[in-house]
This record gives sequence, structure tokens and C-alpha cells, in this order.
Amino acid sequence: MEKISEWTKKKDHDAKISGRALYVDDHVLDGMLYGKLLHSAKAKARIADIILPELPEGYLVVDKNDVAGVNRVHIVLDDSPIYAEETVEYVGEPILMVVGPDCKEVARILHEIVVVYEEQVPLLDILTSNTVFFNYNYAKGDIDKALAEAEQVFIETFQTGYQEQAYLETQGIIAYPHDRRMTVRGSMQCPYYVHGAVAKALGYEEKDVQVIQDVTGGGFGGKEAFPSILACQTAVAAQKANKPVKVIFDRREDMEFTSKRHPSICTYKVAIKNGEITGMDIEVLFNSGAYTTLSPVVLQRGLICANGVYRIDNLRVTGRAVKTNTVPCGAYRGFGAPQTFFAVEMMMGHIAKELGMDSLELKEKYIAKQGDATSTSGKYHFHVPLPEMIQRLDELCDYRAKRKLYQNQTGRYRKGIGMSMFFHGCGFTGSGERDIIKAIVKIRKNANDTVELLTSNTDIGQGLKTTFCKIVADTLGIAYDHVHIDNPDTDRVPDSGPTVASRSLMTVGGLLQRAAEKLKKEWQPGVEQVIEEHFAEPDFVIPFNLENFKGDAYPTYSWSVNAIELEVDTLTATSKILGAWGIYDVGVPIDLNIIQGQMQGGFLQGIGYASMEQMDYNDKGIIRNTSYSDYIIPTAVDVPNLVTEIMNNPYTHGPYGAKGAGELPLVGVAPAYAEAMENALGANINKVPFTPEDTMRILQEAKNDDRIYS
Amino acid sequence: MMIEFILNGQEVTSSAKANARLLDVLRNEFTLTGVKCGCKEGECGACSVILDGRLVNSCMVAMGHIAGSTVMTIEGYRETERFAVLDKAYAFVSAVQCGFCIPGMILASECILAKNPNPTEAEIREGISGNLCRCTGYNAIVEAIKLAAKEGRGLW
Repeated sequence: MEKISEWTKKKDHDAKISGRALYVDDHVLDGMLYGKLLHSAKAKARIADIILPELPEGYLVVDKNDVAGVNRVHIVLDDSPIYAEETVEYVGEPILMVVGPDCKEVARILHEIVVVYEEQVPLLDILTSNTVFFNYNYAKGDIDKALAEAEQVFIETFQTGYQEQAYLETQGIIAYPHDRRMTVRGSMQCPYYVHGAVAKALGYEEKDVQVIQDVTGGGFGGKEAFPSILACQTAVAAQKANKPVKVIFDRREDMEFTSKRHPSICTYKVAIKNGEITGMDIEVLFNSGAYTTLSPVVLQRGLICANGVYRIDNLRVTGRAVKTNTVPCGAYRGFGAPQTFFAVEMMMGHIAKELGMDSLELKEKYIAKQGDATSTSGKYHFHVPLPEMIQRLDELCDYRAKRKLYQNQTGRYRKGIGMSMFFHGCGFTGSGERDIIKAIVKIRKNANDTVELLTSNTDIGQGLKTTFCKIVADTLGIAYDHVHIDNPDTDRVPDSGPTVASRSLMTVGGLLQRAAEKLKKEWQPGVEQVIEEHFAEPDFVIPFNLENFKGDAYPTYSWSVNAIELEVDTLTATSKILGAWGIYDVGVPIDLNIIQGQMQGGFLQGIGYASMEQMDYNDKGIIRNTSYSDYIIPTAVDVPNLVTEIMNNPYTHGPYGAKGAGELPLVGVAPAYAEAMENALGANINKVPFTPEDTMRILQEAKNDDRIYS
Repeated sequence: MMIEFILNGQEVTSSAKANARLLDVLRNEFTLTGVKCGCKEGECGACSVILDGRLVNSCMVAMGHIAGSTVMTIEGYRETERFAVLDKAYAFVSAVQCGFCIPGMILASECILAKNPNPTEAEIREGISGNLCRCTGYNAIVEAIKLAAKEGRGLW
């Protein structure tokens, strides 16, 4: 183990373990009012009238007419209204906010408001949606020729569902006007996203908006763009009330009305000649929901991953993110990739069966190597450690032997084992880092020779405060306790970009390392100094062109192989996970404990996505399972044997050899789980989550088949 | 009528209604913000407190129920020797990520060890199964409790 990977007490440990850490809901300001949103009850309607009850003194209603700036939330495109205008486009769309000094009274008023809707037919089926928000396609080689010359063409469709981030702390924001400025604080991943959005909403100059991140109780992508929306609504209310306003979502509101992972339908057409895969023609369809939010970038990442870890010379990928009258989807750990990795991994397994091979045997033939071209004709510039990961997994769980053993089982209890292999492209897709974000970091050295790190990146539990401080302390050769970092405050920190895309440690941590190297050279004891560092793209990167999806979509990749073993009770259709193993390459861990925590947490979230986290809307566009009682996430007893190992594969251009880590562990869990279920049930699976109800269906079909043929 | 109970070792009275949630009273009247609100439906365990020696979700307890009872929150528990052992163990395995479940998780840890100073891994997992954590995958928390059981021998 490298020295930098050794244990250090986390910077945020003491405050959090003692209950002293203050999250947004723990702050009470003088004269503070409480706000609650009125959400649309209809999926698509014109608002004909809104009938308000008489408001007691001190209570007010805030809506579109109170937006002094532009009534749109700045995300990628500016299409999400802050408050609804003439129409509502999904169940949950915010129409207005009731604000006042007593929460219960606010709730009473909200309950008495009557909205008169003129209902229209909502668009709920992504297959028939005629509103395409985003449409991309790219190709390499000659897929039409490959298909024309194929001896066999396999066509299959795969589906994935919603996944709700289910962070333990719900969304929350406080906004307070003072000195002709607006301060917004709360639970968030990206203070400067909130900053830009609020300035536009209020019609303020950027200098008149201050954003402060409070201790944040988990994000997983759910606090990337959504806090911008809530912050605009809350800031508009605070501006009107001229008092501090706090809005904290309750759990049901959070589950039903905040952004989730995009549901998907992917169709794969694979050409086979002489027993070899000669091409893939892939169509990806994402349900964007009612507004665009982050869908373009989520779709881009999904498309780039569509051929998995495999070298496919003739490739065509087309993708659409379409509108439906449902809650807008957004960022969630993996960001489009878990959907396509599920599809490609299952497809490879199914082709293998058709060709009379085991899936691993087929996959191993096509694993990309260092120097190979990526899907977008960029390059895998660095070592791809998948072969040794597979070997290590086999040692850990006796994969190959079990896989054979579990074929053709009979009896009540049947076991299965499955494997998946996948990557996470580290950092922003394409040239976003260079062209849009242009990250800046600062290190301030105090007269007492301690230093403070000034970045806009947030510690949302992933340990960023600790890892940033470790990098700088080690580079400067000073004590870890002499390096400080606070939650970002846009009045104090430069814009080092958002906390997304597994970029923070690799990209911003890298800038901090360079700044620290510079400071070390210029270090003057007892003197205050400030060092600033700006992003520069590494020289080796083949510039990415979004027009034709050509070039390096990512500078480097993190890699993983997962295996899951389970046992199905064919009487009850329930299953039990016997073991879950993950091997990960995230470069050099800047703290092995933190990386293990990330890998284990992400792995378990992925098992939830694959097996139990079921969420859907009904024919009125209403999501019905909106609490922890019916949207089930894994508990401590669900996967008692979850094993993660880190493989050291230093990234020469990352700080201390580190690369992106946070998202990787979720990306490819679902196909390992589904393949294990296939192994146990002897049937093909084309969807996740794959629940006991799905198992029951397969068992029932098998029974019916037996009746027919016996 | 005032409701009297013992809160973190102190006799206190509350003017809250009998049907008020203990969670809301602890957070709002007594400013004990270490008690977190994750769902208000008794599912997540973030608002766990120890009521007369048992771990309960404070969102599911009405104030009328606690007259004469003893309530311990993280604010009281953090002053104990047992907390110091758990604190050190959780730190050593870096079990704290976003931290929102942690006050409840610590009190759940206390209840596991109070019942059985040498719990098996299965007993530990069962003991924290009412406390959801979305960050860690639970492994580190389980390790921390095992470590605390070892290091805190004699304390429980």
C-alpha cells in the first residue's frame, strides 16, 4: 500500500459522530419563515384558476408573478420553470409556495388552496413520445456491411427502471436577503450551479448572490441540479417576504418529485460471422421526464458506454432522450452508464448462450486493451486491468467452477452466479472540463504557516475534505492538522467546478497538488501567501468533438469486475444473496478506507437497483411508492457477505496516481445480479429491477411449459 | 398539562401536546439537532433515541407516552465512556460518510452492545437493520461495532 493510502481520521468525523454537525434543517434564523410547495396534481393540464383561502397576517403565497428575473432555472438548457406558468407538465410540478411563520399553518393553507385544472392527455409512454429533447448518433467502421454480411443477427431489447437516490437527508434550502444581496445555503453538491441559477432568477448580478453549502446528508447525483431549482423557488420567496425562508422536503415529497435515474429501453442488434461478433447497432432511449434538466449529458455518457468494455470495430449508436409528462430525471451515480452497461452485458451473455459458450468465455475474447480504440475512436491510453481482475475474482469466489455447477438445477433451492465487467470514464464527458468548467483552485497560506484550501467542491460524505487535505499536506510536507478546509462559500472560494462525474479528486485534487507544489517552492515562513491554479487538459488527450462523437470522451477510465452469487427459493420466488465480490481499479486510493467505503456503498446501491428498488408511475402519471415503506433500499441484513478489493493501477496524470472513484461501483452491478438469476433460473433476463414478482413469472412460465411438453 | 421526563440525565418538562411527536419536541423545543429527521414514518432510524433502555424511532413516539420515562439522545450519549469507545472505533474504520444516519446508528450500536457485549456479525447486522444508511454499504459500520466490542471489553 502506498503511504498516501494509509488511514487518516476523516476531517468531518468528530462533528458528525457527535451529532454536532449542522445540516440545513438544523439552522434556525431570526424571523425565519417556513415554505412549502404546492405541487401539480395532474400530469398535463392548463391551470384555469387558483382559488386561495384568506391568508392570515404574516403568510404569503409566492408564484411565477414574483420572479423578478427569468422564470426559468438555469441548468443546461433553461426550460424548467421556477414556478409553473399556464400549464403543468407533470405530477409534482411546483405551482406556488406558501410561506409563513408556522409550519402547520402553512400546511393548512396549502391544503385549502383549490387549483382548477383543465386536463389534457398526458404523454406517458416513451415509445410513443413524439417530443425528442435530444438525439445523438455516432458510428465507426461499417455497421451496415457487417449486418449485411452476417451469418446471424441477434436482436434484443433491454429495460431499466427508475432509481431514487434515497439519500438520508432530504432536499433543503434556506434563503435570506440582507444588504441588497441574497444568501442561499443548504444541502447541495454544486454551489456555483446554484449561484448562477439564483442570480438569473432574482435578476441580480452574480456578485449579489452568495451560496454556502451546509453539511450535506448524501447526494449521489440527486443534489447536482435539483438544489438549483429549489434554491430559485426559495430565493424568490425570501425576496418577496424580505425575510429568511426555509424549505425542507418531507420524504414523500422528495421521493416523488425530485430527479431520479432515467428509465431506459435499449435495443441491440449484433452481427455474427464465423462465430465472431462483427458489429453492434445500438439504439438507446431514455425517459427524460417533462423537462430537459441534465438529460443531454446523461444520454451522452450512456451512449459512449453502449458497447461496454469490448472492442467492437463496426459500431453504430443512436440515442434519444424523449419527453414524457413525468418527473424530470437527472443525475444519479453512473449518469446514464448503468443503463447501457446492463444492456450490453446481458446481450453478451445471451449471445454466448446462442453460440454455445459461457458468457465469460465470449466476453474475454473482446475485452479492450491498452492502445485499442474506444467507442468514440479515442484511445485507451493506459493499462486495462480486466484480465487480472477476472482472475482475482475467480480466486475469491471460484466463479468458473460454480458457474458450471449451477447449470440445470432442479429442486426447491437453486443457486446462481453471474459476472459483469465495466468502466467509469473519469470526469466530465468530452471537452466540458476545458471549455465550460475551467476550474480554478486556491491555497491560502496563513501567517501561522497553516493553510486553507479554497475550492467549490463539496464533501457530501465521500470524504473529499479528507482526501484534499491529505494531498496538500503530503505535497507540502506539513501536518495534516495544519491543512484546513471549510464547506464552500461562494464569497470565499473560486469556481473549481461541480462535485460530479467522479471528477473532484482526480481533477480538482490534481490542481490542488500542483498548487501545493508551487506553494512549496515559494514558501515563506510567517508570511501570508495565496496560490492559484487553473485547469489545463493533459497533453495526451485526443480532443473530443461532440458533433460526431470523435476523440477521447474521457482522459482515463476506472475499471471493475463484479460477481454475485445467490440462491432462489422456487417456492416463494424470493432470493438470498450468498456473496457479492467487487474488484476495483480507481488508481491509487487517497485513503484506502475511504475508497473501500465508496466501493461498498456503491456496490450495495447497485444491488438495490438490480433487485428491489422498484418505482414506476401509473396511467395518470403518478408515482405511488414514495416512502421507505414501499420503495425498499437495502438494509444491513440484505447482503451480509459483500467483499471489495482494490487493485493498484496508478494513473500517471492524477494526484498521487488517483483517478475517478465515486460512481464506478454502481455502474455494472445490475448485470452481475441478473446473470446470477439467469444462472439459477435457466432463463434469460432483459430487465432490472428483477424482483421476486419477475422470478415468480419465470417460474410460472417454466411450469406452464412443462405442462405443455410433458 | 406539562409532561415530565428525564432527558439525557436531566429532569425536564415539556409543554408539548400529548400527541406531539417526540422527534419534533426534541429538535424544536430542546434544540437537540443531533436527532435527525429522515422520513417521519418509522422506517429509516435517523431519529433513533434510547427510550427506557430501548432503541426507538422518536418520530413514532407520542409525547403522551413518555411521561416519567428516560430518553437518551446523541447529545447525552456523547458524554459517556462507551461513546468514546464507539467514536474511536467508527473513526478507525472511517465508517462515517454523509453522517446523517450516524447519531441513530451510534445509539443502535449502544443497544446492541448493551444487550450482548460480544455480538456475532449476524446479531450486529440485525441490530442495525432498522437504521438505513445509503452511503456505506454497512460493512464499515459492522466492523466498527465489532471493534468497539473488542476494545470496550468490560464497559458493556
